[in-house]
Amino acid sequence: MSVRSILIRNGRLIDPAARLDEAADVLLKEGRVAAIDGAGKIKERADTVIDARGLVVTPGFIDLHVHLREPGQAHKETIASGTAAAAAGGFTSVCAMPNTAPVNDSIEITRWMQAPERGAVVNVFPIAAATRGSQGKELTDFAALHRAGAVAVTDDGKPILDNSVMKQALLAAAHLRIPVIQHAEDTRLTVNSPLNQGPFAFRMGLRGQPPEAEGRIVERDVALARETNAHLHVAHISTAAALEAVRNAKRHGVRVTCEVAPHHFSFIDSDIGEYNTNYKMNPPLRSEADREAMLAGLVDGTIDAIATDHAPHAAFEKDVEFERAAYGITGLEVALGLAITRLHRAHDVSLRHIVALLSANPARIAGLPHRGTLAKGSYADVTIFDPAKKWTYDVSQTKSRSRNAPYDGMTFHGKVTHTIVGGTVVYQGK
Amino acid sequence: MKKNARGSLLAIEPLTQAQITVYLKMARRMDPTRPKPLLKNKRVVLLFYESSTRTRTSFEFAAKALGATTTLISASASSIEKGESLIDTGLTAQALGADAIIIRHPSSGAPYVLARHLNVPIINAGDGMHAHPSQALLDAVTMLDHFRTLKGLRVLITGDILHSRVARSNVQLLTKFGAKVTLCGPKSLLPELAEKLAPGLKLVRDFDEALRGIEVIMMLRVQKERLQGLDIDARDYVSHYQLTMDRVRLAAKNAIVMHPGPIIRGMEITDEAADCPQSVILEQVRNGVRTRMAILAHHVGGKR
Repeated sequence: MSVRSILIRNGRLIDPAARLDEAADVLLKEGRVAAIDGAGKIKERADTVIDARGLVVTPGFIDLHVHLREPGQAHKETIASGTAAAAAGGFTSVCAMPNTAPVNDSIEITRWMQAPERGAVVNVFPIAAATRGSQGKELTDFAALHRAGAVAVTDDGKPILDNSVMKQALLAAAHLRIPVIQHAEDTRLTVNSPLNQGPFAFRMGLRGQPPEAEGRIVERDVALARETNAHLHVAHISTAAALEAVRNAKRHGVRVTCEVAPHHFSFIDSDIGEYNTNYKMNPPLRSEADREAMLAGLVDGTIDAIATDHAPHAAFEKDVEFERAAYGITGLEVALGLAITRLHRAHDVSLRHIVALLSANPARIAGLPHRGTLAKGSYADVTIFDPAKKWTYDVSQTKSRSRNAPYDGMTFHGKVTHTIVGGTVVYQGK
Repeated sequence: MKKNARGSLLAIEPLTQAQITVYLKMARRMDPTRPKPLLKNKRVVLLFYESSTRTRTSFEFAAKALGATTTLISASASSIEKGESLIDTGLTAQALGADAIIIRHPSSGAPYVLARHLNVPIINAGDGMHAHPSQALLDAVTMLDHFRTLKGLRVLITGDILHSRVARSNVQLLTKFGAKVTLCGPKSLLPELAEKLAPGLKLVRDFDEALRGIEVIMMLRVQKERLQGLDIDARDYVSHYQLTMDRVRLAAKNAIVMHPGPIIRGMEITDEAADCPQSVILEQVRNGVRTRMAILAHHVGGKR
């Protein structure tokens, strides 16, 4: 339902970009934030009033890393279904990865993804392929893709392995002030390796990916980013060594940012148990030491954002031999629950910090002005959640077309109650 | 896991000592030359995605000795070649009336896929590099023919541990019973990680040193089909890890020589060592039938 104005009353407003964490009311009008003031101080009448007593009101969440699967793989997900899942998870904007079929390496596909006919219920910001067909050889036309709406470039799903291609990509992206997002995996070390290398993989009789496969690429990329003065963004970081490389780079003033997926701070390789393919993704779940490193990186600010790497797959692609199963799990609907349960409640990460990881920081990384904040004049993208609400995930109720999540039946704290995009409520939770 | 998980034999790891003992005791009572109709009117499907001589034949003989009808579905001569998925193949076998499916598959964990989706018992006859529970059981039966108990038994497993489901299942079984298990092999085929397979495992690189005092010498084949580009210098391997009569003599006087087969004479073992009086390699093969009779009787036979 589209309304002209919404007044959100009595909530706890957390807007990290504006350094706000206080009781405040928010007035949304004509797609923008019209006013922020102390509780009860906004006297203007609104078409809709949301009573946010006991709830947290924040800038709409932004997911830097989702696979919406369109064009070409609508049996896994569509832009409509994926964004509906995003809305249910409190995300008002998603950045869509280019590993579609065909790969999004053209302005035509970039525009097609943003067309109203796709039926997106949240903002979709395409991320274009960095190389043609994501083959890692010839750069795409970054400038044209950027003009068509791409907010970053990446060959996600695969790394940009070649040194000179990566360097060219960084130089071209720096010129446009957009990040190069790297899927850091030295694929020469990960052939037929469906999980992390370690005692668990050995016991299960599976070949493991050595953690160096991630660390080495991040180290190389950091050096190239330093050389080119470009913005490198490391996707789904998962190992202690890679994180340490990012930490060092930041210390030396290199423009590097990174994101972590909720599953990498929540689970480890042995959670795969008896070959449960819903715990199979790339990068794989790592060791407990790596997971702890992710927690430390979140606490000390080395990790800039939480991104879901939402990767839907049909049952027939997952319900197969572990080695043959598709990589990836869905994650949009549980990201906040995992962050609050695993970070806030278990490790004392403040709600303000979590909100920054989900909104202000990703907005900055993807270069989305007037998003990731509720400062007056910003887009009226708002997420409202109940941080104390306990709930159980039921995958049969998912908005996604796919059900490849390990979260079915898991209980979380922290539930989205309202997702507002451009001043319109697109999701209302129970 | 679904309802039939307890009815399946997927790995040694989740079993208790008592559960394993049930199979071992039963196996020693089984005699392939004296058929028992425990599986009368049962249909047993042998679903083989990978080649096999011993395991397939002995499961088949075992099933037949118990009165069952068997049929073989092999990857190269079925709809599997046309792209039928593992689940669909399993469901098809079940719909055809299978009372149990014995599966051999090159991919670790494949039997679990069937166990999750089917209602009939799934017997793992070897999955990738993961497990070969019936082999570990028949090996234990063989050891118990020669030694009073597994407790404290000094067992040395030598060779390509990395790719060996036999090694993994044997390690799980033997350590559960308190055997003293040592693993031996070059780094490329025996990574340090192997030590964490089970508590109390020892890892020794030098074969001669490892052999001292050993009661069970278990040799493994270098699995050429799983090496994936790993380069093994055969001459170097032979000089360091081939079981020769000189090396057999380094072990305990009453030591037995075991090998799950297929043996590659001249590579991991010499003719003399393979055929020496201490060799029980063919006893293992013979024990395969009665052990698999026990497995089938336990999982498929009797009142269900």
